[in-house]
Formats: sequence, C-alpha cells, structure tokens
Amino acid sequence: MNEGTALSMLGTPGAVALMVSAILFTIGVIGVLLRRNAIIMFMCIELMLNAVNISLVAFSRVHGMEGQILVFFVMAVAAAEAAVGLAIIIAIFRHYEVVDLDRFNLLRW
Amino acid sequence: MVTGVVSALAAVVAPAAQEGAFSPVLPWAILGIPLAGAILNGIGAFLWRDNRSIPGAIGPIALVATFAVVLVNFLGMQAAEPHDPTVVGLWTWIESGSLRIGVDLQFDQLSMLMCMIVTGVGSLIHIYSVGYMKEDPAISRFFAYLNLFVFFMLILVLGASLPMMFVGWEGVGLCSYLLIGFWFDNREYSNAGKKAFIVNRIGDAGFLIAMFLLFVAFGTLDFVPLIENAGSLAYGGALVTGITMLLFLGCTGKSAQIPLYIWLPDAMAGPTPVSALIHAATMVTAGIYLIARMSVFFALAPVTDAVVATVGAGTALFAATIAIRQYDIKKVLAYSTISQLGYMFLAAGVGAFTAGMFHLMTHAFFKALLFLGAGAVIHAVHHAWDHDSHGQDGHVAHGDPNDMRNHGGLRRLMPRTFLFMWIATLAISGIPPFAGFFSKDEIIWYAGAYGFPLLWAVALVTAVLTAVYMTRLMVMTFHGSSRTFGHGGAEKTKRLLTESPAVMWVPLMVLAVLSVVGGWVNIAPALPLPDVEWLHHWLEPIFEPALHVMQEHRIEAAHASPIGGGEALWAEISAVLAVIAVVVTFRVLSPRTVPTEAEAPAETGFSKILHDKWYVDELYDRVIIRPSLALWRACWKIVDVGIIDGTVNGAGHVARLFGWMGGQVQSGRVTTYLVVFMLGALLVLGVLA
Repeated sequence: MNEGTALSMLGTPGAVALMVSAILFTIGVIGVLLRRNAIIMFMCIELMLNAVNISLVAFSRVHGMEGQILVFFVMAVAAAEAAVGLAIIIAIFRHYEVVDLDRFNLLRW
Repeated sequence: MVTGVVSALAAVVAPAAQEGAFSPVLPWAILGIPLAGAILNGIGAFLWRDNRSIPGAIGPIALVATFAVVLVNFLGMQAAEPHDPTVVGLWTWIESGSLRIGVDLQFDQLSMLMCMIVTGVGSLIHIYSVGYMKEDPAISRFFAYLNLFVFFMLILVLGASLPMMFVGWEGVGLCSYLLIGFWFDNREYSNAGKKAFIVNRIGDAGFLIAMFLLFVAFGTLDFVPLIENAGSLAYGGALVTGITMLLFLGCTGKSAQIPLYIWLPDAMAGPTPVSALIHAATMVTAGIYLIARMSVFFALAPVTDAVVATVGAGTALFAATIAIRQYDIKKVLAYSTISQLGYMFLAAGVGAFTAGMFHLMTHAFFKALLFLGAGAVIHAVHHAWDHDSHGQDGHVAHGDPNDMRNHGGLRRLMPRTFLFMWIATLAISGIPPFAGFFSKDEIIWYAGAYGFPLLWAVALVTAVLTAVYMTRLMVMTFHGSSRTFGHGGAEKTKRLLTESPAVMWVPLMVLAVLSVVGGWVNIAPALPLPDVEWLHHWLEPIFEPALHVMQEHRIEAAHASPIGGGEALWAEISAVLAVIAVVVTFRVLSPRTVPTEAEAPAETGFSKILHDKWYVDELYDRVIIRPSLALWRACWKIVDVGIIDGTVNGAGHVARLFGWMGGQVQSGRVTTYLVVFMLGALLVLGVLA
C-alpha cells in the first residue's frame, strides 16, 4: 500500500485529525524547548503525548484497532509518568523553592 | 671427624707412594678451613657481641691450620718434583654444550708458592690482628672478612680454570671492599671501599672479555689444555695480543697499575692489618700471578709485553715520586706498594717471570712487615693520645695518628718495631744481604738484558728513589725528636707511649727474619755468592712453555747491561747506589726539625705537585667522572624524563583530553539535552523517511 492510497483512505476527517495532531505536537515541542518552567514543560510533554494519541486514533481508521489499543497504553504510561514527574517537581520545589530547570545542572561531568 | 681425616689421609698416601707423582693431601681442607672460620666468625658477629677472645682465637687458628695443610702439600711436592700439574676435581660447576667448568683445584709449583705466601704471611697477620683489633667491638666481623678473604685468595691461586680464578678474583675484590669500608660509619672510608670496587670493575671487564676470546679460540677455559694448545696461536698475532692486553687491563685494576692504580692509596682507610695482607702482600699481586699463569700467552705477544713492561716501569717511577712527598705513613707505604708492583710487572713484561714471582715473594715479606710496623706505630700513638685524654683535662684535640709529622723519636720507645722496620727498609731499598736486593736486582738486570735500556734506567732511578722515601719514612717516624705531644712533649710521650704487646711484635720478628733470608732462595749465578737457584728451579715447569716460545722468537738475554758491565758489576753498583741514597737521605733529613701536623706550612712548588699526587685524581675527576656524570644527567633529564616519561605521560594526557571533551557534552542542563535530542530525532527521521 503506497502513501497516496493510505492518505486517500484517511479521508477528510482523518486528514483534519492528523493536522490537529501535528499542530499540537509542534506546540508541545516548542514549549519543551523554549520554556524553563518545569510544570509548563511537563504539560507540553503531555501535549506531545496526546498529539501522538490523536494521530494513532486517526490512523486506526486505515490500519485497524491496534492503534486505539496503543492509545490506552500511552495514557496509562502518561499517568504513571505524571505521578512520578510531578512528585519529582514537588520535591525540587520544596528544596529550592523554584522550578526553573536552568537552575539545575548538578548531574554533569 | 677423626676417622674421616684418617681415611682421607690413607686414601692419598697410597697413590703418593708412586714414583715422581704428587698427590695433594686434603685438598678440600685448604679451602674448607678458612671458609669454616669465616662462617663461624660471621655467625659469631651476632652471637658473641661482648666476647672478643673467641673470634680472636678462631681467625688465627683457622689460618695456621690451613698453613699446616699447605706446608704438608708443599713439602710433598718438593719431594715428588712433579713436572705436570695435578688437577683435583671437586664437582662440576657449569655444564652447557661444549662448555664444562668444574670446581677444580690445580696443584703445581706456582699455586703452591702462592698458597705458601698467602697462608704463611696471612697467618702472621691474623695473629698480629688479635692485638691490633683487640679493642674493636666488631672483631668478629673483622676476622670473618679476613678468613673469607683468604678463602677467596686460595680459590684464586688454586683454581684450575679462568672462571674459577675469576670467582676468587671477584671474591677478594669483595673482601677488599668490605675491609676498606670496615669502619663504615665514616663516610670517607666507605667511599674509599666503593672507589676500590668500581675502579676494579673496569679491569674486570677486560678480564671477562679476554676469557670470552679464549673460549672462542680454544673451546676450553681450563689452564692445562689452554697452555698446552697456546702454540696454535700465531706469534704476535692480533688475537693473542688482544687477549693478553685485555688480561693486562684486568691486572692493572687488581694490581694497581697506571691507569687504574688510584684506588690503592685510598684503600688505606681499612685497618692496617688489612693493608698489610690484602693491599700489599697478597691480593694486589693477583695480577702478577695471572700473568705468570698465562705466561705462555704473554710470551706470544711481544707488543703486549712491551706495554706491560713500560706500564710497570712507569708506575714504579711515578708512584715512587709521589711517595717521597707524603706525610701519611700508610700512604707512603701504599705508593711504595704500587711502585714495587710496577717492578713485578716490569719483570713479567720483559720476560723474566721468575724474577717477578721472586719479587712478589720477597715483597710480601718486607711490605707486610712495613705495614704491620706502621700499624704498631699508629696503634701506639693512638693509645698514647687516648690515655692522655682519659687523664687529666678531659678530651684533648689531637691530629691524625697516621701522620708522620706527629711521630718522631720513637726509636727508644718502640725499640723492637724500630729494629724490624729498619730491616724491612733495607730490604725494600735493595741492600744486600736483605731479601729485596736479590729480587729487585734480578728485575733491573733482566730489563736491561732483554733489550729495554730506557726501562732499565727508570728501574735504577726508582731503586734510588725507593731508598730515599723509605729512609725518609724511618727518619720521620723513629728518629729526631718526639712530636706526638708537640715539640715540647717528649716527657709526656715517654710516659704514655709504649711498645706493642708480644702478640704484635712476634709476627713482626718472624717477618723480619723472612725479610733477611727470603732472598737467599734464588741467588743469581753471576753474583760472587753461593749459587742457590731454588726458586728458579722450582718454577721451571711453570715457565717452561713461555721460555720455549721466547727462545724461539726473541733475542737471547744479553750478557752486558745497555752501557756495558756484567750482572755482578751492576748488582754491586745498584747496591752501592742504594746505600748512598739511604745514608745521604739520613744525613740530610736527620738534623732537620720537622714541624708537627698542626703547624706545618702549606706545600709549595714542585713538592706541592708531588704531595698532591700529580693531580691524577683531579684529572680523572675532570676528564672521566664529570663528563660521565654530565652524560648520565643528560640521559636522565632528556632521555628518561623527556622521551620515556614524556611518551607515557603524553598518552595519559591525550586520554584525559578526550575525556574532557566528552565530559563537556554532559552539561547537566536539561534544555540542552532536549535540543540535541530533538535534532537527533529529526536527523533519524530525515534519514529514514
């Protein structure tokens, strides 16, 4: 199955979903790269994960249900990650009273 | 033990009964007894720290017992008159391919003569040492070293192969080092020991290379086959010249000849009996012994012979000039020893091997006597000063007991030592009928007769110088006024300075007798005296091959000196010259007032050059030692630190540089990681898509 046929099989709603996914993902990446606040970066990562989820759901129209099953896995992992990540951020905040990641560079050579 | 000795005796008596054959009695005991003495005293050095009589007994007893065994063998050989040497194999030492070196002992006239000298003079010096070293706390160590020295010296003379001889050669060098630095808490003394050892290394290298060459040429290193096959080498060829020159280099080290003589004067740092035994009577004559042993090779190399004779005569004259201007009594004797060894090499070089061995023997007697007498003087002066400082006003600063300017007037206080020392002085000066006259005169005569007129003249001049410096020594030490406690201290000296005990002067007396009669064993037939050529006859089998070669290739000994006159006439002339030298020196020096060491003015002019030993040590320091040190320093700084360490450290530095560069990536900044991560992801996508 070549690209052209795959895209044509997505149809208009699928294409829109992919575009939304791409926009959301880009926003996430830019947020992660440009922002220094750990909470905001964390939220941007969530944004990227969910952008991927959208594209997975969109592709499941063509490739079957596996993509949607994978979304549940991503959500489970994201929840776990949120629990651990937020705990770390809270621990950092308690210690330094800031969450600006530029201030933390202890783990280096 | 007793049954063992009896059965061993029985075993050797049976073959000894055969006609003309000689079989050594208890050959292992000759080496075993001194070694046992050394081991006992070595253990004793730790066990008997407070007991000085046990080591004092073991050392001399071991030597006297060895002497007894040697004497039995000597008399046995005298009776049997064997023509060929007897080699006693004890066990195999090295066996590798065609090389076989056994622990073999060679019994022939030469080795027995040397054994007699080593153990005979050695016994007397051991007995003397009991008195001399009585108050030294390390007497056990002293006798251990001394016995060990005799053990190695006997290996040197009895070894039947060059490697065996080399073991003894190095062993006596070791003992010499240990005994020079006997009082090792004095840095100067221990340095003197090191100097002796290091200077000898240079000569030993020559000895070793000569051995390698001989093995390549003959495939064996045992003396008997070597001497038998020596004729296969071309007369005057490069190989035999090279071998003998290298052997002679070894001799210049051990026997203190130019250019390696510099260690011997410093070796006087050791106790005086050591100077007498090792650095006068025995070890330093090892070079002469080596030439005598290898005489046929030297006879085959006329170039080497000329070098040996020239170096010998040159050393004799050179050392005699230095001896004239020394104040340390032992230094005078040390330079005198170097000078007399030069005579022996002159004899060996011109081909008069018997004369060389003869002088070796007589020199052992009178030089041991001189050293022991000097030791007695030093001992007495030292004690007088010691008594003084223990007396009234606590410690009194005194000078050097070796310095003759602190002696003087000892003839009445030490009459026996005085008498014996004069006998030795007359002997070394070459005045008949004392021992030195016969041996030295033979050497001088043969130097002229075998066509070395210049060396003949040098030897004659040196003979006069010898008489001068020895008379100077006697005058400064025994005649004149006492200076031991300053010029006004004659009364004090008389009270405190005493003759040495019997244990010290009896050996002196024996040596004095030997210094008188020792020369009578070989009286040249030309002299108007009874014709006794015992030594010449005795050593005939040893030097037969060498003399054979010489007769074949060289001029006959002349019957007149280079400027005319026969042997008898020149013997009389040299005797008269020596007497004149002694009398004139005595007349000139006796009335002079010698300043004490403390008030002596600095030397000036030519006498300063002589006093400072022609600046040879300084020359070596500038020409050899400092450039060597500079070279080694350069090797250290440039090659070792610069190149070798630089390479190793450079490798480390490069590794660290890479590590640092890698480390810079780990900035610890999450944002940087994220940027890189993203770029990486894009790259992967770009490649895959």
